[in-house]
Amino acid sequence: MMEFALFLGCNIPARLTQYDSASRAVLGGLDVRVVDIREFNCCGYPLRNINFKAFVLLSARNLALAERENLNVMTLCQCCFGSLKKVNHILKDDASLRKKVNATLGKEGLKYEGSLEVKHFLQVLYHDVGIASIQEKIARRYEGLTVATHYGCHILRPSQVVQFDDPLSPTLFDRLVEVTGAQSIYWPRRLECCGAPLCGINDDLSMDLTKKKLEDGRASGADYVCVACPYCHIQFDTIQETMLSEKRMNDRLPSILYPQVLGLCMGIDRRILGLEMNQVRIGAIEDFLSDGKNASGVTAAGPREDGCGEVA
Amino acid sequence: MKGATGTTMFLTILLYVALIAFGAGLLYKIFNWFRYSISVGRRDISTSRRLGAAVSGILSMLFSAKILTLLKVFVLDVVLNVRILREDVLRWVMHMCLYGGFVLLLLMHALGQYTSAALFDDYYSTINPFLFLRDLFGVVVLVGVVIAVYRRFILRVPSLMSKAMDVYAIIIVAVIIVSGIVLQGTQVVSYSIYKEMVEDYSAASGGEEAEALEAYWVNNYGVVSPTMKRPFDEGLVVRGRQVHEMSCAECHARSQWGFASYGVAKVISPIAGGLDQAKVHMLLWYIHWFACLIGLAYLPFSKMFHLVASPVSLLANAVMDRGRSDPANIATRQMLELDACTHCGTCTSRCSVAAALEEIPNLNILPSEKILAIKGLAAGRELTDRERKDLQEGVYVCTNCYRCTVVCPVGINLQDLWFNVRETLLEKGIAEFSTLCPLSFSRGLMKAEMVHTDYQKPLTKAREAIVDKCELMKVPDKVVPLTQADRAFKSRLNLSGQASTFSVCFGCQTCTNVCPVVANYDNPQEILGLLPHQIMHACGLGVRDLAFGSNMLWDCLTCYQCQEQCPQGVCVTDVLYELKNLAVEYASGNTGESEGRP
Repeated sequence: MMEFALFLGCNIPARLTQYDSASRAVLGGLDVRVVDIREFNCCGYPLRNINFKAFVLLSARNLALAERENLNVMTLCQCCFGSLKKVNHILKDDASLRKKVNATLGKEGLKYEGSLEVKHFLQVLYHDVGIASIQEKIARRYEGLTVATHYGCHILRPSQVVQFDDPLSPTLFDRLVEVTGAQSIYWPRRLECCGAPLCGINDDLSMDLTKKKLEDGRASGADYVCVACPYCHIQFDTIQETMLSEKRMNDRLPSILYPQVLGLCMGIDRRILGLEMNQVRIGAIEDFLSDGKNASGVTAAGPREDGCGEVA
Repeated sequence: MKGATGTTMFLTILLYVALIAFGAGLLYKIFNWFRYSISVGRRDISTSRRLGAAVSGILSMLFSAKILTLLKVFVLDVVLNVRILREDVLRWVMHMCLYGGFVLLLLMHALGQYTSAALFDDYYSTINPFLFLRDLFGVVVLVGVVIAVYRRFILRVPSLMSKAMDVYAIIIVAVIIVSGIVLQGTQVVSYSIYKEMVEDYSAASGGEEAEALEAYWVNNYGVVSPTMKRPFDEGLVVRGRQVHEMSCAECHARSQWGFASYGVAKVISPIAGGLDQAKVHMLLWYIHWFACLIGLAYLPFSKMFHLVASPVSLLANAVMDRGRSDPANIATRQMLELDACTHCGTCTSRCSVAAALEEIPNLNILPSEKILAIKGLAAGRELTDRERKDLQEGVYVCTNCYRCTVVCPVGINLQDLWFNVRETLLEKGIAEFSTLCPLSFSRGLMKAEMVHTDYQKPLTKAREAIVDKCELMKVPDKVVPLTQADRAFKSRLNLSGQASTFSVCFGCQTCTNVCPVVANYDNPQEILGLLPHQIMHACGLGVRDLAFGSNMLWDCLTCYQCQEQCPQGVCVTDVLYELKNLAVEYASGNTGESEGRP
């Protein structure tokens, strides 16, 4: 059985508990075991602007905690992923920095040897579980649902460090969306930033970028924008709601978390998936679900090997 | 007790003095809840308005369905300390021992003549179960004290920082309990007390009966007689027992039931005669009594005040929230929360950024230490500039993950507290550079709620403070004499090894062309200052000021488009990251570098 230390970060438990519960339910259904390490702290991402050393230390501490349990780390957040990956990368590379960091960590009996792998939830689903196994667990599929799949910056770039997928033309997430029967569309701004990193720093600029993306998704024909990061989701959900109420935007493009999309197909209770907890309503997505009989027919047809949304 | 009437009166007066001090202290502290405030825009709410709001709030709560929530919280969190149990079993055992044992002692023993006597017709502290229970409760409290000392001074729980008030709390409890148990031990062995009691209560008339009774008490009750020693003639003890049953048994269970004090009695019995003559039991009695009075009188000003404030905090937080509750009540709640804090360090042990303390040496990053500083602030103490800056940074270096609030054993809404203090301090206008990093995310989300504050001010202030330090930004046409270039500046871009890659930039502008921020403006240079490729170039030239002063730096999304697409492998985003670090370091004056180095 696959086992990971689940790294939730700060935003999910505080502001996006449905992402937590939905992901756990999905992972449980796919026989992935997750372990919570209580001592985990911030990944360091928010501090990187002002204090690189603090950023490294915080990430390194998390890695050391997971290494102590001999568990690879799985994150649900692009920014946590990017940070942990970056620090894992430089600590493996730079022995003198590792020594310095370990001297500090040693004060509380911790040490990082550099043995871990950091993975994003999407990678675990795609590489460790596999499209075929997911397909087996799918009870109902979507019909006629079009989705703008949003990767998020820090999962793709810098590709040298994160090594997630082709940074200019990724397909991994699209394939995961398509396994549910939804169509993952091409939209010009799909690889651009959601705007969240500037929320609270330069709100106008941040909202401009969010708006452009959402409008692009809508114009490209998407029913939903699908995300797998709390920052991106909050930006597309809470901030979109703010923009709608401030009349900065007129039409909505609801944001849905990937485990919510997949969870519905796996027959997971909508309350566990927290469908009602998103700010911009997403309940209508259930209307796209076909009933069980159709789904079994589709499954029998076998996994689609060409399911890359970008090509579509 | 057994003192002369004059002394008794003196002691009674002392008791009343202590009670008055306690009562006045209690009122003073509670009044302060309504008098002070730490929230922006809440200072204008008068004390009387806040008192009124509290009364009406409490009344409406009592006659609503929320009373069930309150009951639940009272049983689980206040009485059973479930929040502590969830955190740490040893700590829960400690706290249950300390507070459970102490409260039971208070009710059964200290207030015995009111409580126990009212409940039980035949109450005497010297009969069972009271004799046994008193020692049991005392020992239970002592177990708690031992665990407390163990955790603080031997185990050295990292988040537990001992201040004078923590040490005081342990000492006062230990003195009260130990003096009580030893006192009881000295009374058990005391021959003079025995004699006194015999004179007052015994019907033992003749010398022979008295002798028999004494033999019985020496034999069975631990009294140490100067003349009579074990072993006794069995007949004498049997006769003594008859006298005992007539005169004493009704009010005296065997001393062994008070197991702790009896143990003490056994240990000290070889020197019992001397102790008795020196009236050590009287001395101990005074120590016990005075310790209790000091504990009582000082309670409202010590950590022990949490006995009052913590339950109130737990109950208030169970039924209040920022969105719906009366702002007047929120202001009051936050003041009482400060009193509810016992400095237990749970918040710090679960803090998401506490570990950053090693790199950002500011104790106020730790929630448990921040709250101490906030207590001073709330009481109207003027902070020095340094303190204010440290506290401001402390409340800002917080990911708003709510973990401190979720785990606080006394239910303090710490996150709300940080939020209010943060805004109050930012209002003062001292530049806070951490506002320029994604720690601001949650503040951005709360923008709509911030009607009382100037939301934009701290953000502008921080940028201005940096530009202010950059002399070149003040030169209108920004003509750069190359001799002024800071060559050492280049070598400081060395944090991650990636940043030095700026040197291979050949100015193709790909970074600028793919930047979504640049693309967002029609007139990017006007708004952003130097654009990404120009910043790379500025690094090469060593013109620090232009790089630091450009809005581009703080408006960078860190989306890595530039870095990903650079044909030369310049780690553009990483360079920008490092420049931000250096700019903050430079502007806060934390750097050892000399300015304008030729």
